[in-house]
Amino acid sequence: MSRPSRWRMAAIHAGLTLLCVATLYPVLWVVKMALSPTDGLALTANPFPETVTLEHFRQVLSSTDAAGRWVFGRQLLASIVVAGATTVVGLTLAVSAAYALSRFRFPGKEGGMQALLVTQMFPATLMMVPIYGILQKLRLLDSLSGLVLVYATTALPFCIWNLKGYFDTLPRELEEAAVMDGASPFQVFVRVVLPLARPALAVTALFSFMTAWNEFILAATLLNDPSRFTLPVALQRYVGEHKVEWGKFAAGALVVSAPVMALFFALQKHLVGGLTAGGVKG
Amino acid sequence: MKPWLALALLLTALGARAAPGDARPLKLWHAYRGGEESALVQATGLFTSKTGIPVELLALPYDAYAAKLTNAIPHGVGPDVFIFNHERLRNFHAQHLVAPASGLMREDYFPNAVEALEVDGQVYGYPMSLKSLALYVNTKRVPHVPETTNALLTLLPALSDADAGRFGLAYESGDFYFHAGFLFGFGGALFDDSGRASFDTQGMARSLAFVKGLQDKRFIPQEASGALVKSLFNDGRAAMAISGPWFAGEIASDVDYRVVGLPVVSETGLPIQPFLGVETAYVSARSARAEQAQALARFISLGEASRVRATVGRQIPADVAAYTLREVREDTLISSFREAARHATPMPNTLEMARVWEPMKLALRAVLQGGTAPEDAGALADRRYRALHRVRPPEASPLPWLGLVGMVALGGSVWVLRRPAAAHPFRRRYPDVARAAAYLAPAAAGLAVLVFIPFAVGLGMSLFHHEAGEYSFVGLANFVDILASRGYRISEPLSFYFTLAVTLLWALVNVVLHVSIGLLLAMLLKNPLLKLRGVYRVLLIIPWAVPNYITALMWKGMFHRQFGAINGLLVALGLEPVSWFTRFSTAFAANVVTNTWLGFPFMMVVALGALQSIPQELYEAAEVDGASQWTQFRRITLPLLKPAMLPAVILGSVWTFNMFNIIYLVSGGEPGGGTDILVSEAFRWAFQRNEQYGFAAAYSVLIFVVLLGWSAFTRRLTRASSEVVG
Repeated sequence: MSRPSRWRMAAIHAGLTLLCVATLYPVLWVVKMALSPTDGLALTANPFPETVTLEHFRQVLSSTDAAGRWVFGRQLLASIVVAGATTVVGLTLAVSAAYALSRFRFPGKEGGMQALLVTQMFPATLMMVPIYGILQKLRLLDSLSGLVLVYATTALPFCIWNLKGYFDTLPRELEEAAVMDGASPFQVFVRVVLPLARPALAVTALFSFMTAWNEFILAATLLNDPSRFTLPVALQRYVGEHKVEWGKFAAGALVVSAPVMALFFALQKHLVGGLTAGGVKG
Repeated sequence: MKPWLALALLLTALGARAAPGDARPLKLWHAYRGGEESALVQATGLFTSKTGIPVELLALPYDAYAAKLTNAIPHGVGPDVFIFNHERLRNFHAQHLVAPASGLMREDYFPNAVEALEVDGQVYGYPMSLKSLALYVNTKRVPHVPETTNALLTLLPALSDADAGRFGLAYESGDFYFHAGFLFGFGGALFDDSGRASFDTQGMARSLAFVKGLQDKRFIPQEASGALVKSLFNDGRAAMAISGPWFAGEIASDVDYRVVGLPVVSETGLPIQPFLGVETAYVSARSARAEQAQALARFISLGEASRVRATVGRQIPADVAAYTLREVREDTLISSFREAARHATPMPNTLEMARVWEPMKLALRAVLQGGTAPEDAGALADRRYRALHRVRPPEASPLPWLGLVGMVALGGSVWVLRRPAAAHPFRRRYPDVARAAAYLAPAAAGLAVLVFIPFAVGLGMSLFHHEAGEYSFVGLANFVDILASRGYRISEPLSFYFTLAVTLLWALVNVVLHVSIGLLLAMLLKNPLLKLRGVYRVLLIIPWAVPNYITALMWKGMFHRQFGAINGLLVALGLEPVSWFTRFSTAFAANVVTNTWLGFPFMMVVALGALQSIPQELYEAAEVDGASQWTQFRRITLPLLKPAMLPAVILGSVWTFNMFNIIYLVSGGEPGGGTDILVSEAFRWAFQRNEQYGFAAAYSVLIFVVLLGWSAFTRRLTRASSEVVG
């Protein structure tokens, strides 16, 4: 590739910087609300706080319940458990299903893939009433495992599509060679295919994690114990009937978003290669 | 190791919950915060120390509270007692969620508070506190409190100077809750003798004209929100404000103020009568320990508990005896609100009342922000009301449908059985079917139970009409109503076709912007010689990592008329601030900006991946042939990008089509439901217009059909493009 001229590079940098500023501006705005001592809004275009206080963060992080228990800590733990378990369960189910859809021939395969896509088309808000009834029949109401199951299955269609797309790009020759060497089909799957699919696994895991980490309506509806609420539910408590506690909401929003941002940062190398959306055929 | 750790944590978390206590606590649900919450904790503590029965409190986010109650109580997993405003009583009653208050003595409470809780002669729940509006007066700027509207009108010119940002009066004029007092004060009635809402009345026109006059003379700020009223009053830039008891906690300590009742309307001699809301302790109809639950609900509404709620929670008790206590009587805020509540109209707890909000909001905004004349607004509201007030369609017989299902099942099995045998036996054609089944079974089981069954239930629901907890089978009536656009013209918001057109435009604009911005960034970022590439990439991905309800609320704040950063920027550039949500074009643009911000990183990442898969040699060969950059982009990049980008575009378009959070939280459908898309419309029918689940399900089915058509179309596109590439 020929080396682009310096002017060209400067122009690219200028363009990217501009877009980054546009991207970061709203985020800075939230940071400002979180750090300002007031709990309201004020008209100014300046995204940097005039006075800085950590009071909102302190109040959000140290929130306790009537019994003096450290609720934030428990809610953080509940969030980690729910999002972690959703990732594990969702990924396990999605990986095996996607592998079958990519490698085996069986009747109803095309139809099944389409049916998965179709489920993404029905508005989720109306699914709540039946889901509640089903979970009650299964005695999974008010339990974190019920929540995990719902999250894991709702994230499945995307996960399966993404993984299947990636598996399709892996050359079959490697698997055939492993079979020649005497590996069982299961060994081939675990020892050969999965390590090769690492980028897609990382992205899919990230996606399931985000689904569970960010959701609040289902969590608030299904759980009955404030110390097991996930963090978004706790965050939503700052949005009241008559007023919104903006400062605490912003501080909480940053606390909730931080882990996901950290994961994005850690996984960003895989992100580009692992997100196939079912289509990159190298 | 991480997954195992998480599993272990999960198991401990599950194990920890099953520790049964000796006396099971009564469950009490509420949505209080701050002082009100601590007062409630103290009050229930008093109950426990008196009776020995422990109480378990659950504080819920207000937004999810009602849905949780209506889901949990019918399944027997709800609270014993819950606290809610009285407005929803009729809904709760229709769904059999609340039990009559068997221990209630009428003389304990103010009569209008008890009346508010009556349904068919029965009282449901125990009134705890009153919420109504009153006039907050800055005593430094207004020495003499205006007792009539004429006195108010003579005061206002001296107090207002809109160019300097000063107003005589500030309140949320676009909200019907605040306007209702004016309506009743001008002699308007909301319901006619038959109990149906009527909007096209003289009182309506006069009250609207009065408020419009205040706004035109710039005595009150335009499009005031709660945040604006608060900041104006705290800065001394609003001499008076109309608000409720909750406002007192937001007033800065250096503002001297007093609270008085709203003035009398000079033309009619009637006081401005705001709505009275009664915060109520309801006993759940499904409580297993009804007697104890009644005792708890009664206890927290009276006596010592009501003293605590008044002094700690700053609530206005509905309990008469509380006002004999010195500390309550001498509390000027509480006694003035009590005084103001005397004139208040208990908000009707009827189903009709729930239907009034949307038409009234439309009328108010049309007058105050659009150019509608006050006397025409009533008719506008009336039309909307009639469109929302669907008459129950005639019941249809399910027999033909059952017959149809039977026929299809029969025909299907006959077809399968009579099909000519395949050339190869099943085992030969599908050698690994058993293994495939083993790999698929877990995912399929999960999907079947939690995705496909709810989906089928949703489809089935579209054939029913839901009213007050009861479903009746109506066949295709819901679809006929929607598709025939009954009650409103095709070219109006609220008609299916208008909303569909908006939705399609919404999806198209968004996808085009997502893809083009994403692709542009990917092209800029793909050059491996670019310095700081990783940094840019991380920064540009941030919007994807922010939960989208936070994004939506954040942008809603940015588009705020008075405090938004966007208007701040416009002012800094010397431009006029824009009122974003009063016109379709700007409201739609605000939604699009928000959704573009949150959606481009996904496309950027997909495009980066796709660009990397294009062999570099192609460009080198093109360079040798002397092809320009543009030609290279058009002839190499675009065609090779297409197969990789198409699935992402399809997925993205489906997500955008159903992007509920952004529409609902940013524009909220303003103006007048114009920017609503199909999903948010379905949501409104299901949850804001008297729980018409069947009608909402029919909407969802139509959404589904549209998307199904779209996916069939795109499948052909994908197939075509993969054939071209080979």
